[in-house]
Amino acid sequence: MTAAVEARDLRRTFTTRSGALRRTRKEVEAVKGVSFEIAPGELFGLLGPNGAGKTTTIKMLITLLIPSSGSAHVLGHDVVTDLREVRRRIGYVFGGDRGLYERLSGLDNLRYFSELYGVAPREQKKRIGELLELVGLTGREGERVEGYSRGMRQRLHIARGLLHDPDVFFLDEPSIGIDPVGARELRATIAGLRDQGKTVLLTTHYMFEADELCDRIAVIRSGEIVAEGTPTQLKGLVSAGRVLEVETYGISDDAVEAVRGIGGVRTVVVEDRGQVQVLVVSCESGAEVTQPALARLDGTRVGRVSHRDPTLEDAYVELVTR
Amino acid sequence: MTGLGARLRQQLVCFWLQLKILMFSPFEGFLAVLFPLMFATSALLVYRVNNDPDAMLYAGIGAAAMGIWTSQTVSATTLVQRERRAGTLELVVAAPTSFSLVLLPITCAMATIGLYSVVATILWDWWVFDIALHVEDWPVFVLSILMATITIALFGFLLSVSAVRYRTSWALGAALEYPGWLLCGFVIPLDLLPDALRPVSWALAPTWAVEGMRAAAAGESAWADLAVCGAVGLAYAALAGWLGVRLINAARRDATLALS
Repeated sequence: MTAAVEARDLRRTFTTRSGALRRTRKEVEAVKGVSFEIAPGELFGLLGPNGAGKTTTIKMLITLLIPSSGSAHVLGHDVVTDLREVRRRIGYVFGGDRGLYERLSGLDNLRYFSELYGVAPREQKKRIGELLELVGLTGREGERVEGYSRGMRQRLHIARGLLHDPDVFFLDEPSIGIDPVGARELRATIAGLRDQGKTVLLTTHYMFEADELCDRIAVIRSGEIVAEGTPTQLKGLVSAGRVLEVETYGISDDAVEAVRGIGGVRTVVVEDRGQVQVLVVSCESGAEVTQPALARLDGTRVGRVSHRDPTLEDAYVELVTR
Repeated sequence: MTGLGARLRQQLVCFWLQLKILMFSPFEGFLAVLFPLMFATSALLVYRVNNDPDAMLYAGIGAAAMGIWTSQTVSATTLVQRERRAGTLELVVAAPTSFSLVLLPITCAMATIGLYSVVATILWDWWVFDIALHVEDWPVFVLSILMATITIALFGFLLSVSAVRYRTSWALGAALEYPGWLLCGFVIPLDLLPDALRPVSWALAPTWAVEGMRAAAAGESAWADLAVCGAVGLAYAALAGWLGVRLINAARRDATLALS
């Protein structure tokens, strides 16, 4: 069976220039030989920190960037030489407020993109109506987009991306900046796409989102894929260990470094939660780190201390901070 | 619907929606109404010093084309920047429709706004400066105005395609605005320009369209001017279509589409 999306040793280098009189060129390798396959109907997550190469990878797959080397195919079509066929079969949605004509109504935006994406005139009205219903914008389609909330815009984006009924859908951080209710609705919409048999490539920073939605996940760090598997398999990478959480008030960098040096500690991350900084210590199975960690926090005000099982987020943090 | 019919419908719908975008901005609308009249007033106040009715008619017709030139060149070079800022540039480039066919209805919508400036300026000339427009051949005069509008739109189309890679392309429009008034002979006769600049004037389609307007007004044959105007306009369209594919590929290669 042909893979819906196939990337083989995909690389992309950017050239940056700086200086006014003495111009200096610098080459930055944003994607360094990424390879993966997505099966038809699969919901595949691409996770990674900012600047890891997620968006660059997506932009190569949707034909907006030409790879420096390597190859990529969408439904068997080459993304460099077979542009039109690829573009006909894919939908692309990115997060944030932009990507819509603010002065047009939601309906007019959909009409405009229907024309550009070659939706047959006799099908347009029905298709737009269905999509407005799907994303919950029925009744608001006549209003100008400039009056839409961020969540409404994002849902309109999804409708726009689905206008031509694409087989493969690329979602680049679609839930960024959306409130929890809107994000939950969006996740339901994305899950609905998979139920319809669409292939989806999703990038996100939200681990629970990836955990809930994705069939498989690839973690990308500094332009390279460092792990790939189902959410359960990725959690398994750290499941042999435990996670210690210590609430602190005003923890210093030196103390964090000291904890990092304890034997059996894999990663140490500090999460700000209001007034409290939570020290999240991922440690190997059987390693006793609680007492040594508390000893190294001598002089730091400490609150609640607890242990828990690793989550997908712990796996992610470990993978991207190794 | 046939392929050609579907394409025509696509262009008409996109034209109408882009026109809606342009007309729904009160501030830009105000400027579009005011600027052509301001330019015409400035030119005619200078020409009125000589108290020569023929010179006033010459300037009146030229002033009518000034507004459309300004609205087209400036807005065409900011077109891509506008799409970038809205975050829609990548989406329209990633559409299966060729980029040239995306830009064409947008430039036509801008030309329609420009057409207003021609009509408004002619009325302003008559109302404020008492310039009665004696036109011997009205059908050819109107045709010349339409040719000026279309060919300036095509020039704007060429500019917007050429500017797709550059984030400071808007500056090009500002730089072309005033030289264009002189080079196209809107407000001064081309004979007054240095010989070295003549070929530049000939390469600008509006030069021939305005000559056609003046010839039609004077009752002379405007067909030769209009034929050259049409040919130059078609050359703009062909060049823009050819450049469009290459420049978009260059932008994909150099990652300049998303620069904001």
